[in-house]
Amino acid sequence: MKQLMRKIAPLSSTERTVEDTTRDAVLEVRGVSVRFGARDVLRNVNFVVREGEFMGFIGPNGAGKTTLLRVILGLLTPTSGSVHIDGLPARHGNSFVGYVPQKIQLEPDTPMRARDLVSLGLDGHRFGVPLPSKRRRLKVDAALAAVHAQSFADAPVGRLSGGEQQRLLIAQTLLTKPKLLLLDEPLSNLDIRSAHEVVNLVAEIAKEQHVAVMLVAHDMNPLLSVMDRIVYLADGKALMGPVDQVVQSSVLSQLYGYPVEVLRVKGRILVVSGPGTEASAPEEEPLSYVE
Amino acid sequence: MWSDVFHAVFAPGFFQNGSVRQALLLGSATAILSGMVGVFAVLRGQSFAGHALGDFGATGASGAFLLGAPAIWGFLTVGLLGGTAMDVLGRRPRERDVATGITLTFILGLGALFLYFDTTHSNTTGAPMTILFGSIFLIDPALVPITLSLAILTLMLLFVLYRPLLLSSLSPDLARARGVPVRVVSILFMSALAMTVEQAAILIGALLSTALLIGPAATAIRLVKRPGQAMTVAALVGLLATWLGILCAYDSYNWPPLHRGWPVSFFVAALLLLFYLAASAGATSISRVRIRRNPYRHFPQTWKKVASPRERGDA
Ligand SMILES: Nc1ncnc2c1ncn2[C@@H]1O[C@H](COP(=O)(O)OP(=O)(O)O)[C@@H](O)[C@H]1O
Ligand SMILES: [Mg+2]
Repeated sequence: MKQLMRKIAPLSSTERTVEDTTRDAVLEVRGVSVRFGARDVLRNVNFVVREGEFMGFIGPNGAGKTTLLRVILGLLTPTSGSVHIDGLPARHGNSFVGYVPQKIQLEPDTPMRARDLVSLGLDGHRFGVPLPSKRRRLKVDAALAAVHAQSFADAPVGRLSGGEQQRLLIAQTLLTKPKLLLLDEPLSNLDIRSAHEVVNLVAEIAKEQHVAVMLVAHDMNPLLSVMDRIVYLADGKALMGPVDQVVQSSVLSQLYGYPVEVLRVKGRILVVSGPGTEASAPEEEPLSYVE
Repeated sequence: MWSDVFHAVFAPGFFQNGSVRQALLLGSATAILSGMVGVFAVLRGQSFAGHALGDFGATGASGAFLLGAPAIWGFLTVGLLGGTAMDVLGRRPRERDVATGITLTFILGLGALFLYFDTTHSNTTGAPMTILFGSIFLIDPALVPITLSLAILTLMLLFVLYRPLLLSSLSPDLARARGVPVRVVSILFMSALAMTVEQAAILIGALLSTALLIGPAATAIRLVKRPGQAMTVAALVGLLATWLGILCAYDSYNWPPLHRGWPVSFFVAALLLLFYLAASAGATSISRVRIRRNPYRHFPQTWKKVASPRERGDA
């Protein structure tokens, strides 16, 4: 019996600052730009995600995070640049990539149980009606167990909480056996406790199933204890690196194109517009982690 | 005495009448199809589109009357064209209602014009009755095999689309990322919806063709919580309403005020409303009983934290 909600031990600062270039790149984003009409939403974005890595993808609302995910998923062709997944150009229908969308459309009355939703991960893209089988059931049960959702496996999905629905979407994606998991803002609309549960769950799965994760969030704090590196997106431009190198007042000010201040308060990181707040800012302390 | 009751329920001739038998056959096929397609129409939030398709069909049928062609071809052609137009115009969910509304008003205007010509200029004064209230007892027997084959084909199409439809109803982007051709699936489902609504429109009229689509589906999702079960229950509810509706309509030839029979569509719609209300009441009381027995049955994570008023002591 698996431990429920296993705590993920925070990695030490030195461990996380090193990009392990011996590991294979599962995702390479090279010079990607996206333009909608006259607007540059992404400008020359570059980064690499390696095997088994937990990447936090952080940026304010409207920064272009979802747009970049859509490029990676092969749903949107970039204006310029290229995306390679496991060495091959990005395309949709690639089972190497698992995707958890930002929101799903669910009415309370949707005639679907949690396990019906999860089973769509198995063969939801195929035409025809699924035939029930023991093998199918066991696979779905395993996926439900991996996200600790057995207790509501037969509940109608439309009546579950946001966190529970989020876990089902993750279970659904796990059934496609991805090597790269993309999660679009899985923590928005979740209370602090559920957000924490989802983060730990994703980290646990990433470790156990050796899946690289790219988790999108507008607030990096819930991720500080689990992410290896960060991609910070602002004003269409992106920076990649260890958290304490990227999230600095001078670095982010350049990225945003106007002065911002990074405050580290009790192990939390706040990015506020500067420099008016300088007076109240505490001395920059070394990064310490949540919990 | 029993035979008196029997004759009161089944007016004389009900079982011998050929057009009643034909009505039951066509009605059953359409009810099953409408119920099953309806579950997906409700799931995808396309009830309004379904209703618009009924109106499109009416325009097509009025045009067919002008040309002297069978109404069925008018219903189907304009329904399919209108459905495709709505789907292409409304690519995003938010645009969809607007696209439907715009297409709808134009085609309705055209339909009004055709009906006007039907009643004033040509020799088809019965057109409005047939189009708006259906002609379930008056279908040309030659068209029966065609109608049945179309119903079976449409049902097969729905089964083929089953899984991608579920997936893309939850999230089009997720479905697309998984390799589902979402545009194609969406247009094919719209065609299935059009075929379904138009077949219902021929039988029970354009005014209430969506009753068979939405009523049974809405009733089913109050009662069961699995997609397959919902489709089955919706089909059964539709069947029951159709059979009872045909029976009432046949009996109503002896009823006031005119002794000429009431429209089937009225009975079907009224029965469906009744079923829906009963199902809602039933679902509410069932969930009350379930919650009393085990309040955390479905909601172990979220509900445990909330004490019931009685537990808090303020009941
Ligand atoms: N298909 C589109 N057409 C035009 N503009 C778009 C489209 N998709 C996104 N945008 C714009 O691109 C910007 C970035 O959007 P998005 O990637 O969703 O941001 P984020 O996910 O970071 O909040 C937004 O200003 C949005 O309005
Ligand atoms: Mg977004």
